[in-house]
Parts: sequence; C-alpha cells; structure tokens
Amino acid sequence: MSETHARTSGLAHQFENLEQQQETDALGIWVFLVTEIMFFGGLFASYTIYRSFYLPAFAAGSRVLNVRLGAINTMVLLSSSFTMAMAVRSAQTARRNALLLFLILTMTLGVVFLGIKGVEYHDEYVERIIPGVNFAPQGEIMQRLSPGGLGHAQIFMCFYFLMTGVHAIHMTIGLGLLLVLLLRARRGTFTVQYFAPVEVAGLYWHFVDIVWIFLFPLLYLIGGRY
Amino acid sequence: MDFSIPIAVFDWRALLMTSTHIVPVKTYLFVFISLLCLALLTTAVAFVDLGPLNTVIALGIAFAKMMLVLLLFMHLLYSSKLIRVVLIAGFFWLALLVGLTFTDYHSRSWIPDPQPWSDSAPPTHP
Repeated sequence: MSETHARTSGLAHQFENLEQQQETDALGIWVFLVTEIMFFGGLFASYTIYRSFYLPAFAAGSRVLNVRLGAINTMVLLSSSFTMAMAVRSAQTARRNALLLFLILTMTLGVVFLGIKGVEYHDEYVERIIPGVNFAPQGEIMQRLSPGGLGHAQIFMCFYFLMTGVHAIHMTIGLGLLLVLLLRARRGTFTVQYFAPVEVAGLYWHFVDIVWIFLFPLLYLIGGRY
Repeated sequence: MDFSIPIAVFDWRALLMTSTHIVPVKTYLFVFISLLCLALLTTAVAFVDLGPLNTVIALGIAFAKMMLVLLLFMHLLYSSKLIRVVLIAGFFWLALLVGLTFTDYHSRSWIPDPQPWSDSAPPTHP
C-alpha cells in the first residue's frame, strides 16, 4: 500500500511531511535497538559477574582463543560498517550504482566475517575446547588452571560460544536484510525521497558492529596475552 | 511587512533539503581509519602487562570506538533530540539493571547464611 505510494511521492499517507516520516522510521529502529541493548546487556552483565567469580579461569580461557583471527575479524567488521555507511550515503544522494556496489561490498565483508568465525569454531572443535564431555584443552592453559579450574574455563567457553553465536545470528539476519535491499535497489526502488529501508538496515548493521567492538576485547584480549 | 520568512517556512520541500544530513565522505574515511587504528592499538596493548590497567584501556578504547560509530556512522550527531533521549534512556535503564544486579552479588557475602532449624535446641519458654 504505502510501497507504491512511497515510490511515487516518497511520502506515506499517515505523515505530515517527509521529515516527520524519516524521524518516525529512525525512532522505530532506535527503539528496537534499545531492546537489543537490553538483550546483549544481560549477557555482558552475567559475563562480568562470572568473570569476577572465576577470574583466573576466565583469563586462562581467553588465551586459548585465536587472537589473530579475532583481530582480523574486527577489522573486517569495521570495514563492513564503513561500506554500510557509504551505502546509506549513496542511497541519500540517489547514486544507484554506488549503492549496489557498497551493498555488495558490505555483504562480502559480512560473509568473510562469518567464514573466519566458522574457521575459528572448527579449530576450537579440533582443539577440544568446546564445553561438554569432550572438553579437554591441551598445552599451556592447563598449567594456568588451578585444580577444579577446568569447569570454570568451560563456563568461559560457554559465554564465548553463546555471545559470538548470538552475534553471528544477528550478522546472518543482517545479511538477509542486505540481500533484500540489494534486490530492491536493483529494481530502482530507492529515490532521494525514499531510502528509509537502507538507513534502517544500516543502523542495525552498525549496532551489530558495536556489539562486536565490545565482544572482541572482553573475550579475546583482557585475559592478558603477555 | 515582509512575508518572505513565513513563505519559506511553509515550503516544506525547501526544509526537506536540510532534514537529511549527508555526511561528507571525508568524515566517514576519518572514522573508518580511526576505528582501524583503535582496533590495532587495543590488540597491541593486550600484549603488554599493565596489570588492571589492561582491562580499563581495552574497555576505554571499545567505548571510544562505539562513540565514533554511534555519532557518525549512525548519525546520532545529526539526529533529533527525541532519538538521543531514547538511546540515553535505554543505556540508563541498562545501567540500573546491571548496577542493581552487581550490588546484589557484591553484598551477598556480607550477611551470614541463616542457621538451619534444629530439633535439639531447647525451647526458650518454660
């Protein structure tokens, strides 16, 4: 309904003007993002509490993660945020080819991120540091763990897989949104008046990036790499 | 009297040109390069033993990166007050929830465990 109307005039009938419409679109996604802050905030809070309980095991646990791949993935995700910002800008200035290019670049970087994450998960499976009956980390970590610390290191790995897993699910949803945007942009749906879907998906994508900005130091770094 | 100002105000198409803020590419590039540098910095600092400062620096850099993304990539710098209030209210509410949870966990050990009921305890009344 509003789709056809929006495409012709850019203004859906329930709004006074385009400015009000854009503000409403932005407000809607921001309220959603606040609920996402609550969701991830709960995970970060429980991570902090367990970290304060079992500090040595958490520090040792973070040392078994692959910091090189983690850092590369951080770069990849930050780059995808940049290309997403450029995609939104291209939509604002009605540059269709640039929009298509930046959407494809963002999706490529997103897929690279998930691919690297998959490689990490595979390595962790091979190294037997996935929590469960086969949890048996080898090497240096064992010297760092106190007797009984193995169970606490499993709690750390549970947090690692839960938080990165939920983040990866958000990335996958983001890729789906970008695919829809790509198809619609190819049809020429977006105009200088009507680009709210690009903007809204961009805000979501940046939010997922911010979650990773905190996950990376908390999981990979602050255990002490020295 | 001069009516040119009201006419300009009611011409919402003219207003529209200012309502969507188009950020210069240069700004986005600056944010992008800053984010990459901060990511490198936070990784490098993690390999130096600074004691508890490691955690503080890591979280400080993460906060700086978040602010860059929020303000410029997510256009919060150019957004209306309404949207800023929504976000600040969200963070405030999160701080309440997390803060109260932490005070609970922190203060649990202050109170000794309650003694269990015991049948052997003699009645105090005659």
